[in-house]
Amino acid sequence: MPAFLFKRFVNAAGVMLAVAFLAFLTFRFVGDPVELMLNEQASQQQRDELRTRLGLDKGFVLQFATFVGNAVRGDFGISYRNQQEVFTLIAERFPATFELVLVATFLSLAVGIPLGVYTAIKRDSLLAKALQFISVLGVSLPSFALGILFILVFSVNLQWLPAFGRGEVVQIGWWSTGFLTASGRKALILPGITLSLFQITLVMRLVRAEMLETMRTDFIRFARARGLPSRAVHFRHALRNCLMPVITVTGLQIGNLIAFALVTETVFQWPGMGMLFVQAVTFVDIPVMAAYLIVVSFIFVSLNTLVDLTYAWVDPRLREDALSGGANAR
Amino acid sequence: MKKAWLLAAVAAFALNGAVEAKTLKWGSAREIASLDPYSFGETFTLSVLNHVYEGLVRYTGDLKIEPALAESWETVTPTTWRFKLRQGVKFHNGNPFTADDVIASLQRVTHDTSPLKGNLPAYKSSKKIDDYTVEIEVNGPYPLLLNDLTNIFVFDKEWMEANNSLLPTDSGKGVKGYATDNANGTGPFKVESRRADSKTIFAKNPSWWDKPQHNIDVIEFIPITSSSTRVAAMLSGEIDFTNVAPLQDLPRLTASSEVKVLQTNELRSVFFAFNLTDKLVESDVKDKNPFKDIKVREALYRAIDIDAVQKRAMRGLSRNTGALVAPAIPGYEPSQDQRLPFDLNGAKKLLADAGYPNGFSFVMNCQSDSLVNEEEFCQAVAAMWSRAGLKPNLSLAPRSQQAPKRVKGDFDLISFGWANEPMIDAYSLLVQVLRSKSGTGGVFNWGNWGDSRIDALTDKAGVELDTPKRIEMMKEALKIAKAEHLFIPLHQQPMAWAMRNTMASTVQASDNKPRLWLTMMK
Repeated sequence: MPAFLFKRFVNAAGVMLAVAFLAFLTFRFVGDPVELMLNEQASQQQRDELRTRLGLDKGFVLQFATFVGNAVRGDFGISYRNQQEVFTLIAERFPATFELVLVATFLSLAVGIPLGVYTAIKRDSLLAKALQFISVLGVSLPSFALGILFILVFSVNLQWLPAFGRGEVVQIGWWSTGFLTASGRKALILPGITLSLFQITLVMRLVRAEMLETMRTDFIRFARARGLPSRAVHFRHALRNCLMPVITVTGLQIGNLIAFALVTETVFQWPGMGMLFVQAVTFVDIPVMAAYLIVVSFIFVSLNTLVDLTYAWVDPRLREDALSGGANAR
Repeated sequence: MKKAWLLAAVAAFALNGAVEAKTLKWGSAREIASLDPYSFGETFTLSVLNHVYEGLVRYTGDLKIEPALAESWETVTPTTWRFKLRQGVKFHNGNPFTADDVIASLQRVTHDTSPLKGNLPAYKSSKKIDDYTVEIEVNGPYPLLLNDLTNIFVFDKEWMEANNSLLPTDSGKGVKGYATDNANGTGPFKVESRRADSKTIFAKNPSWWDKPQHNIDVIEFIPITSSSTRVAAMLSGEIDFTNVAPLQDLPRLTASSEVKVLQTNELRSVFFAFNLTDKLVESDVKDKNPFKDIKVREALYRAIDIDAVQKRAMRGLSRNTGALVAPAIPGYEPSQDQRLPFDLNGAKKLLADAGYPNGFSFVMNCQSDSLVNEEEFCQAVAAMWSRAGLKPNLSLAPRSQQAPKRVKGDFDLISFGWANEPMIDAYSLLVQVLRSKSGTGGVFNWGNWGDSRIDALTDKAGVELDTPKRIEMMKEALKIAKAEHLFIPLHQQPMAWAMRNTMASTVQASDNKPRLWLTMMK
């Protein structure tokens, strides 16, 4: 087990480094921050001086090495545009994104599981077929279009829900939460649904497939033969056996949601990490872009590692495979 | 925080017999960089912070310079300006405003690490004569000091000292500052609270020195980057005012009985500029640069059907122009605003005369996120040039990708916009764009255009203190550029604001800066 752990952590560190490197490669093509930081009246000399001060005149390798060296010490520098410590900026925005992802995850389970069960049990009913069709739409509708549609219907025409922002938030230590005020909870609804729609269809399809699989197994047949009511068969026996993969996928998807929140946040002016990143791209704010990519990849890598470790802990065969280089767990 | 403040405000108003605090919700297209006006050289950030901080002088609603924190000024010698400061002005924290504050602010903004150093190019030094008199020394005779000072805001020296903020922030060294998240100015509004990307609240400064021409108690500044969301918020009443109403949504906004659209043209003039070096970058003419022939430049000019561009690409909202600067800019002359008429056959004939009967190919560098409807007008003009027998290759990409190519001179023809801000004077265009590259001038002269006569006139105008004479020189220089067709002028950009019927009036100048201290609510 220690060997396995060590291997996993080395892997994780390698992935992070690779992400940082790729990020740095792309930064050379996103443009010139100096053009945006100084206005029309600055002279060429002032432009050159600023470039030198920011270290943008150094070679690529040197810039990257400096960044990694500082990042290891937890120093991501200060933003070119906001002039604040990048880490503080991201920490300030994290609660907004996390609460949105939390709501979206909750919605995806609360809506996706019942729908999945229903479409599995009543496979041939008209409603189930309609749901299947809608789920295809849900997967293929881009979230910005959906978000704008929601805003038009619920904010402009019905005037029920706010079109943008988080409403009033309450500060608890460094965390800001929108759950504790009425306007904060209202503000979560539209972006939450927008972000969760893809996730809902994913959970629904997964549950449906797993249910159909389980319904064909022997122990369900025996349960029926024993004369158990179909409700007990469906929920107590079948569904319980489906939930493990659903939980795994949901855990892994949290990383995706945090990354995908970017579009939803832009549409709803949700002051989260994605919004911060989009603005950083607009202003070629390299320190913020770099730090965001590092933080998001860290979340991804941690979640994956966590899931792997849990599985390895549950199933010893995986550990041996991982060490002996076998890819397929039997 | 906000609730408590509102309660206090309501209580205060109850005493005055008023009912509620008047709140204006301002939905902007983007967030300000920070609360420190010296940290990022961006006109928009400065225009928002101008509600909190003030300069020695300011622009009126019709872009004339008037006294602000300075009451009067005179030139003692051609290079020394003496300013008499206004007495009895207080900062938001109650400190009195004196000469020390002006000097500390000037030192901060002209410090080597300040991104705004370029906004005060002629500054040499400043000294205190007495508590309410300051002398500013400039490098040489310089006529535009007042224009520059409209954008140089005054900080409180004591406050900067107490918070270790006498120097500007520095991204290079990772030095951040107290002024980034805190503000203390003399302006009509003070910062009440700030949450970046969601809301910054400004409250009325009851002890402002000037007689308020506004009745706003609270400004909620709310950035909404997505334009459709901003329009939706306007229609649903979640914001009262936006200084960026998207052109494609103007009909929708106008259709609403509760929204009023304010549409005019801004200072920014748009034109095409040529690569005038010895060779083009991507062309089938390899041995020389066709654009160096004035006939070719004139042919391109005549081939543009500007009315069609205005109607289709610009939705009928731009103003066609023959001049390189807008009417509000000193140096503008109506006679220069005449365009060459659209004449397709004439253009073809000119090309044939120049030796290109079958045209030639060149690359057009346009940006997808910089000027208003840039994509549309570049496509329209490219099609018109194709009709004249030329072969333009349109390269469209975001500013962040195109700008480096432009700076390197890696283009044949570019779309170009210049607003002459913050100077609001044609000298800005002349010295930064038209002048040949030199130590201080021609930073934006990317295509090696220019003319020794223009250079001489520009340099002379730069040190001429007699305004009418100076303006004559600038007109002369712009006339040469026009006669040579160094650029192809297109139009002045449209700009649009929108306000809900909660607002009674505001002042919209062509510098596109909201001045909410001149704004009345119902």
